[in-house]
Amino acid sequence: MAFHRITLTVNGEIELVDVPSNMTLLQLLRDKLVLTGTKNGCAAGECGACTVILDGEPVNSCMVLAAECDGAQVITVEGLAHDGTLDPVQETIIEQGGVQCGFCTPGILISARALLDRNVDPSDYEIRDALVGNLCRCTGYLRIIDAVREAASRAS
Amino acid sequence: MPETAGQTFIHTPTPGLPEFDYIKPASLTAASQFLAEHAGEARPFMGGTDVFVRMRDGFWTEKYIVNVKGLDGMNDVTFDPTTGLTIGASVNMNRLIASLEVKEHYPLLAEAAHTVASYQLRTRATLVGNICNASPAGDTIGACMVLDGTLHIHGVDGMRKEPLSTFFVGPGQTVLKPGDIATAITFPIPPAGYAAKYIKLGRNAIGDLAIVGVTALGFPDRGAPSGYRVRLALASVAPIPLVPTQAEAILAEKPITEATINEAAQAAMDASTPIDDVRGSARYRKLMVKNLTRRAVTQVWEQIRE
Ligand SMILES: Cc1cc2nc3c(=O)[nH]c(=O)nc-3n(C[C@H](O)[C@H](O)[C@H](O)COP(=O)(O)OP(=O)(O)OC[C@H]3O[C@@H](n4cnc5c(N)ncnc54)[C@H](O)[C@@H]3O)c2cc1C
Ligand code: FES
Ligand code: FES
Repeated sequence: MAFHRITLTVNGEIELVDVPSNMTLLQLLRDKLVLTGTKNGCAAGECGACTVILDGEPVNSCMVLAAECDGAQVITVEGLAHDGTLDPVQETIIEQGGVQCGFCTPGILISARALLDRNVDPSDYEIRDALVGNLCRCTGYLRIIDAVREAASRAS
Repeated sequence: MPETAGQTFIHTPTPGLPEFDYIKPASLTAASQFLAEHAGEARPFMGGTDVFVRMRDGFWTEKYIVNVKGLDGMNDVTFDPTTGLTIGASVNMNRLIASLEVKEHYPLLAEAAHTVASYQLRTRATLVGNICNASPAGDTIGACMVLDGTLHIHGVDGMRKEPLSTFFVGPGQTVLKPGDIATAITFPIPPAGYAAKYIKLGRNAIGDLAIVGVTALGFPDRGAPSGYRVRLALASVAPIPLVPTQAEAILAEKPITEATINEAAQAAMDASTPIDDVRGSARYRKLMVKNLTRRAVTQVWEQIRE
């Protein structure tokens, strides 16, 4: 199987890596770059636990080939906090109790951050719609939605 | 065998993708040539949201996976008030939904695309990939059919056009040959005074494949005895996306009343040949074709009647 030398920026750090053709972005992040905040729930595009921001838009990293990411900018949950300050969506999800087991949380945080980047004042419907691809088995979603709404109101 | 103390724990990750070679050709010509030369062992992909799932599950075993995104002009959305809309094959569904031209002139496309999976999947999934995948459940195919879409194909012999009406051959099967790459889909200006609707029935309100999908597009047409034409397309009820021509004929010929709409809905139901699967039984699907066709046509009719 072919290998590909790629350069990509992950959370602001430039990475030069050799990846096999069949490696997904999720495997690259977790297994090679040891950024294990991004979770593998289904490896099939269903659960959203693997969501990262790729060139400004959220994607299921299990459905992207690492080889395709040459030159790409990736932000994972590890990249949300800056200089020790949490992203507003991180703060509010903690305050609202939107985390139980925590497995879905990195994906939720990324989807929420991506939503607020494209829409500073989302309606409840828009928040729900943006999170359709992030399954949570624990919280029942309501506190997550409260947290995103609260993060939006703080930013504006 | 139970693990004994001191044995190293071996982490077995979720099975990943099988082995293949990732190919990124520099031009359409090179891509078509590679795909034709490796017929049967190479497959093009764009979003990969169907391809990677099928490969991971072992249904597809190609040796070469060819990234055809973004080759010559495949990234553009353009609108011309005389000729209509062009959507490049690698334009993802979120871009399509956000396009102002699509919103203004072809809102049905955005409405249908919005029912596909989730936001993050639609960052990758494409309209043209949905069509080329040729699943009878493909949510955007009906919209593309009633809007009279034409695929532009680059093959080893150059460019050609394929109308959607003759594109589908069976589940997952199309008229595309090895080396063929869809580069764009074009839509003419929709008929004056038209209205359209896509009703998708899933197990959840959003985020699931269609148990049944009904697309209807109606417009005033003096050439039709009823004064109107309604184009219909049905998802998930036949081996290919189905156009119930008898139902369309009823709506073109008889004065449109509740009884006519019911008769057309019955004809759509009679035309469908669904299967039983995990999402619904064939019997349930047939009944839903009737109900949803009635609902879609009624909604469209209320908007177009003069
Ligand atoms: C979790 C999940 C949920 C989904 N939900 C839905 C849903 O609700 N509704 C729905 O309709 N679909 C759904 N899908 C299926 C899929 O996302 C769509 O069919 C999508 O539009 C495919 O586009 P793509 O660009 O990813 O195609 P790809 O996977 O890249 O390709 C699909 C097929 O088209 C062929 N192909 C791709 N590009 C070209 C080209 N340029 N020329 C010729 N052939 C080409 C490929 O060889 C393959 O056979 C879902 C998939 C997943 C993983
Ligand atoms: S691990 Fe990617 S969507 Fe579930
Ligand atoms: S907190 Fe457990 S899955 Fe969401």
